[in-house]
Amino acid sequence: MLPMGVRPVNWREWKLWDGMQYLGEISILAKETGRVLFPRPVEKRLVGYQMDLLGVQSFSIVLVTAIFIGMVLALQTAYALEAFGAKLYVGGVVALSMCRELSPVLISLMVGGRVGAGITAEIGSMKVTEQIDALRALGANPVKKLVIPRLIAFVITLPILVLLANALGIFGGYMISVLELKISGRFYLNNVFDLLKFQDIFSGLGKTVVFAACIVFIACFNGMRAEGGADGVGRATTLTVVISSIAILILDFFLTKLFLAF
Amino acid sequence: MGAFIEYRDIWKSFGEKEVLRGVDLEVRTGENMVILGGSGTGKSVLLKITIGLMIPDGGRLLVDDSDVTALREEDWLPLRKRISYMFQWGALFDSMTVFENIAFPLRERREFDEERISESVLEKLRLVDMEGSQGLFPADLSGGMRKRVALARSIIMEPECILYDEPTAGLDPITADTINRLIRRMQRVLGITSIVVTHDIQSMFAVGDRVSFLCEGRMEFVGTPEEARRSDHKLLRGFIEGRNPDEQDS
Repeated sequence: MLPMGVRPVNWREWKLWDGMQYLGEISILAKETGRVLFPRPVEKRLVGYQMDLLGVQSFSIVLVTAIFIGMVLALQTAYALEAFGAKLYVGGVVALSMCRELSPVLISLMVGGRVGAGITAEIGSMKVTEQIDALRALGANPVKKLVIPRLIAFVITLPILVLLANALGIFGGYMISVLELKISGRFYLNNVFDLLKFQDIFSGLGKTVVFAACIVFIACFNGMRAEGGADGVGRATTLTVVISSIAILILDFFLTKLFLAF
Repeated sequence: MGAFIEYRDIWKSFGEKEVLRGVDLEVRTGENMVILGGSGTGKSVLLKITIGLMIPDGGRLLVDDSDVTALREEDWLPLRKRISYMFQWGALFDSMTVFENIAFPLRERREFDEERISESVLEKLRLVDMEGSQGLFPADLSGGMRKRVALARSIIMEPECILYDEPTAGLDPITADTINRLIRRMQRVLGITSIVVTHDIQSMFAVGDRVSFLCEGRMEFVGTPEEARRSDHKLLRGFIEGRNPDEQDS
């Protein structure tokens, strides 16, 4: 027997249609956001509050994630490069890997999970307690009040967090190189600055702007269509984490192709 | 008295479920109209249609003789200043204090300075007997207090009409009586037209000038509370007497 609320339909057909409808509805939300964003002033107080909530309060996750990724990367890279007698060049490989790929993707996944789940849970709770209807009834636009401050805040803070993660990851690699691999710290840093170009950093940061917007739209949309009380909010939150993670990985491929073309 | 709100043959479905199947009703200016009906009969849906939170599938909605059925979201804004909505559980914003909740509609419209907003909020809090609570958060309030704050927020724009969605649901009889008196006070002091959706019979007799009974998607009865009491409509009688008309005592 199927659980309550699950329609007994052809799953393959249902999922395809549902997925297309889902993408269409998120696009409508993005279009509405664009329409409301430009002609009216943005509420700076709400943006500031969200920057603290979504960005500043995510710093501890970034700190731990980035340092440990950098350390593991240094260990693994040294192991692989040792076979070619190139262990000394760990710094450059760590820096390039962190800035071009690992920081943008892994930090977006980690912070996106936290931020996306939080946004969906908050907006979903507002939806099921009729607070979103109340916003409309009191003459406010829910997209302007709920989506735009989060979008602006996260599009600004996620690249900053990734920039910090780049530095922390390189520092993690530095610690392993000096303490474990017995590579000179000066050589490690020289190698980093020789190999790393601004283009490598900006291609990574460019991706995170798209990831941030994508996470906020998915999270807000799922929150706004949550139904059925705590159970519905829980399901919407799970869906946000799953879909935003998959979206980051898929988008990463296409954005990497795009940035490599330039 | 002329009609302030008119529902003409309103239809609304959710998927295959037809909730409203041709509702006709007229709410006169200055009166308290109670809409009575069981759970899930579409009473709240009708209220949400009245303020444009839902769009009917068919029929026409007239406010002050203007057809508002096909208005766009932004065109509803002036109307939402004239008609306000008191939600079933208050729908107060959790992240804001009582003061900020009540001030919200005024700040949103940017028509008044902070001094004027503050005066207005405190005056409305006095009107609902909630002086001194402006610094509290919704989580600090009891069910009855939340509803009173929600009522204060509903009247802050000095609307011509208030839509009350189950104003006494979940309250003890004494607090429910307080809310009923407040609804009457709004009518008496501010001359507000009210539509009160409820399944609370005591509330119906306390606040209603007229009563309508929503059953199976249609208005099966419209009349005064006394006429409702004497009605021979089987379901309405069961409702008023608090018994299931289809079940016999064993």
